[in-house]
Amino acid sequence: MTTDLRTYLAHVELPNPVLTASGCGGTGRELAHFSDVHRLGAFVTRSITMAPRAGRPTPRMAETPSGLLNAVGLQGPGVEAFLERELPWLAERGARTVVSIGGGTVTEYTALARRLAGAEGITAVEINLSCPNVEDRGRVFARDGSAAAEVVASVRAATPYEVPVIAKLSPDVADIVAVARACVDGGADALAMINNPVGMSIDVDTMRPALAAGTGGLSGPAVRPLAVRCVWQVHAALPGVPIVGMGGVATGRDALELVLAGACAVAVGTALFHDPYACPRVLRELEELLQARGFDRLADAVGLAHRPAGAQPRTRSDLEESSL
Amino acid sequence: MAGSPVQVTGTVLTTRRVDAYHALTVVAPGIADRFRPGHFVTVAVGGRDSSMLTRRAFAVHDVKPDYGGTVELVFGVRGAGTAWLADRKARDTLDLVGPLGRPFPLPRDPCTCVLVGDEHGSAALFALGDALQQRGCRVDFVLGAQSADRVFGALRARRMGETTTLTTEDGSLGMRGTVTDVLPGVIADARADAVYACGPMATLRGVTAVAAQFGIPVQVAVEESMACGIGVCMTCVVPVIGDDGVTRMVRACTEGPVFRGERVRFDDVGTIPFDALGAPGGRHA
Repeated sequence: MTTDLRTYLAHVELPNPVLTASGCGGTGRELAHFSDVHRLGAFVTRSITMAPRAGRPTPRMAETPSGLLNAVGLQGPGVEAFLERELPWLAERGARTVVSIGGGTVTEYTALARRLAGAEGITAVEINLSCPNVEDRGRVFARDGSAAAEVVASVRAATPYEVPVIAKLSPDVADIVAVARACVDGGADALAMINNPVGMSIDVDTMRPALAAGTGGLSGPAVRPLAVRCVWQVHAALPGVPIVGMGGVATGRDALELVLAGACAVAVGTALFHDPYACPRVLRELEELLQARGFDRLADAVGLAHRPAGAQPRTRSDLEESSL
Repeated sequence: MAGSPVQVTGTVLTTRRVDAYHALTVVAPGIADRFRPGHFVTVAVGGRDSSMLTRRAFAVHDVKPDYGGTVELVFGVRGAGTAWLADRKARDTLDLVGPLGRPFPLPRDPCTCVLVGDEHGSAALFALGDALQQRGCRVDFVLGAQSADRVFGALRARRMGETTTLTTEDGSLGMRGTVTDVLPGVIADARADAVYACGPMATLRGVTAVAAQFGIPVQVAVEESMACGIGVCMTCVVPVIGDDGVTRMVRACTEGPVFRGERVRFDDVGTIPFDALGAPGGRHA
């Protein structure tokens, strides 16, 4: 018996729920050395910007316990080069492409959405709401529900009806449910969470920040509990909204945790740096876990942890691994 | 990139200390077959449940066909990851990805090449030396380090090279000074046609400046910290001038690690040069 792994991002069907996380899969070419990009549920691009960007200075990366701090600064060749070279390559290989877009103003997001609107081979558009907002003195759109909703609404209006718009949320907010609700009200067809929370590391030998940019985005298993919490809270409040869960997914177990919290798709990010085969492996492990638990369909597991606590037998917790 | 990189579980065959460094021979057939001088590999450290997420990148010192293909890595202990690697014993398994990066370009016709290595950067030069000699090139070595125990491969260089010049900053072996101090003399004596160099950025910068004085080409393998080694994380970028004269922030792991020395803007490493493509407030194509 096989488990039906199909999942839906709004009305778009994906053959399986494992995606790459934005900014972690390169252009797709790099991962294609190891496994086929069309076998992914979808390939999520790094955030595409209007103009080419050189990013931040090096060092851009610092390893932290079970985590990674990065400050790449959206390095990329800009939307024209993306449309000319990267998107056709992905389309040729049959990859479903979710294009992540980043900008500093609402106008810039809208212009990007318009530029992408005519392009072939875009499965969905993901709005990276964590770019510093030029219009609002460097604050981040994702920190403010109404600012985020404004971006979502304008991108939604500029994007063809059949292409879902996914709003990517930051966990660095007081009330993620409020931001999520604002984005859905603004027209988001799905939500992606979480983007990197901001962290910092200081090199005690040089007595300077470890990253050239000072602060950076924290990713990896260290942020998984944060991701599970965000997905849980938003799914509880907005049960009908598809959620792409991400944050420290390295194994099928991690993916299942996010699915049980309410995610209908899962993105693998930092794990790709460690293991270029992470996506197919996570998918295989997730399928095995679902089969072992008697699920015929992935959809039946989505948000299952929200069911009321009944007279279920208590099972092992990590603390009970000890012999006490 | 020559051939696709692969991920393999390698078995440690031997481990040994070489002065201040550790050398690890790993059975890794898929990597050994595809290897060309200049390639590197990345190794997962700390075991399956490790909290160390990033792979560590190492230049390949040697590849041998015995035991189905082995690769040898040489490294110094710099942190928790390399300390873990130094503790590996024979028959332990290691998760390797490789061969990665762009290898050293080799001259079409026989010529004279000076190979410059600083610290354990020298490890990458011997496979290159072999390949050059097979093409009939004359090879001269310049190896240096802080102190005698940190000069790697002096003996092998003496056997292989037409001449071998050693330098240490504390004068405990060879000439007192750095590789760049003696390089002009070596280039002049050997009438060298090309220079190859591995080591820290500061050394590569000095070597490039010397080669420029003589007007000969120089290929450098840069060291930049990487999280993935396969080109997806974008953390190992260096400012490099392209064929079109435009500076781009390129990845040391996939576009490099070997670059033509004069193309690398060593003075601007660690910054985004104002005239780089996509620099803040700079040129937009």
